[in-house]
Amino acid sequence: MTEPASAFAQAVHLLISGDAALWRIIGVSIAVSMAALAAAAPLSIAAAYFLAHRRFAGRRFVLAALQSLLSFPTVAVGLILYLLLSRRGVLGAFDLLFTPAAMAAGQAIIVFPVLTVFALAALQKNDNRITETAKTLGASKLRAAITDIAEARFGIVAALLTGFGRAISEVGCALMVGGNIAGYTRNITTAIALETSAGKFAEGIALGMVLVFLALAASVLLSRLQANR
Amino acid sequence: MVNCYNYFMPPRITKAAAKAAAAMMAVAAAVAIVIAPAANDNTLRIAATTSVHNAGLTDALVPVFEAECQCRVHVVVAGSGKALKLGEHGDVDMLLVHAPESERQYVKDGHGIGRQTIMHNAFVLAGPPDDPANAAAANTIAEAMKVIANKGAPFISRGDDSGTHKKEMQLWRQNQAENINNKWRIQSGAGMGKALLMADEKRAYILTDSATFAALRGKTDLHIIKKDNPPLRNEYSIIIINPARHPQTNTPLARRFAGWLLSPTARAIIANHQKFGERLFSPAGGAQQ
Repeated sequence: MTEPASAFAQAVHLLISGDAALWRIIGVSIAVSMAALAAAAPLSIAAAYFLAHRRFAGRRFVLAALQSLLSFPTVAVGLILYLLLSRRGVLGAFDLLFTPAAMAAGQAIIVFPVLTVFALAALQKNDNRITETAKTLGASKLRAAITDIAEARFGIVAALLTGFGRAISEVGCALMVGGNIAGYTRNITTAIALETSAGKFAEGIALGMVLVFLALAASVLLSRLQANR
Repeated sequence: MVNCYNYFMPPRITKAAAKAAAAMMAVAAAVAIVIAPAANDNTLRIAATTSVHNAGLTDALVPVFEAECQCRVHVVVAGSGKALKLGEHGDVDMLLVHAPESERQYVKDGHGIGRQTIMHNAFVLAGPPDDPANAAAANTIAEAMKVIANKGAPFISRGDDSGTHKKEMQLWRQNQAENINNKWRIQSGAGMGKALLMADEKRAYILTDSATFAALRGKTDLHIIKKDNPPLRNEYSIIIINPARHPQTNTPLARRFAGWLLSPTARAIIANHQKFGERLFSPAGGAQQ
């Protein structure tokens, strides 16, 4: 079984040698996934806060729907988004197909249910009295919400981490709406799909290693933000 | 009041908030990169077939053209079937495909204009080195495929409406073998490179273009079982998407690229493009190799 071993060695060499194309691919992955998270996180956290504190008709249904969306196939999201963004589609005039912005939009859609459900779980662990106490002490609704979220920061950061992981490792949507254009919309996952289809396993392994490293780095970075507990 | 504030917003939180703010600025930078200007007049979007990409030809041609026209070329790699659909929707400016029958119909239907053949190579039948069905004994690829069909030997079909797939179906129809027990043919739904890797794993026969096969040399145990003489022609053509149907496509740049592909510079690149010492394509209208 020397092929995997030699492919691994080649992979390490590629990474060390600073191949421009490789680092461009990594850059696209990081930028697109961070943008997706930036777009989805505020909405998700707000939605989670709303779901945690408001009782309304259909709340159970919304929760069930969100949880079922957790495992919605990414390639289906890609297909729907392609149909919307295509020239013939409703949003065709915005010229967004085959751009990194489209990839970010797709990943944001995929990540929204994940972030919301996990943030909601985190908020629900909070003591109910936190917001009530804050309000009786004169905090505005916004300040009370911030306090509550800050109290749940451990779980919310875990939610962000999970969301980032899901965004950066999805391939179905990125492939469909990004088009895997070299130097523009080719990210780590779509590059792995492309390189391995041409039998270039060394490049595929190199990219896979980077993906794992990125997941670890995100974990370390975000755990710093959680403030010692 | 101040004490209550400190109670609910202890220093830890404020420090964490500062870190969060720093993270958000990094994210804003990422967003800026991502929302960077989308395709504009200086960008050409072309859907090119997987076999051309697998052979490394797009990587050879595109940078040269980009340098000359001072423009960007975005290559979306897709099988001919998908490429034709993308053009129909007006999502790309031009196509580079190899499905002559479908292409002619495409132009007739008004989806594309200016169809020109720019290069060709050959279709070959590849298979396991021991040739279990003894397909090599046949005279032509079509006959060899008939032998394989009759013996029920494993065969990988592209199954994705690509140029190679359409050719394969045409050859089956020639033998009236189209409906022979369809189950035994494995529909891979994959690009040419992946399909060849699959054929290698399953010790199956497969119809392939010579360029992709050469590009994968050393990565599979497949051999060329049958090559026609004269070779079974695989023609690559470009089609410009009809501006009357899709006025927003970048027709001027598409025409420029189409013209450039027939220029001596491009033809030299195509003719000299090699993998493992083998020439992969012959430019149209040039001397045969």
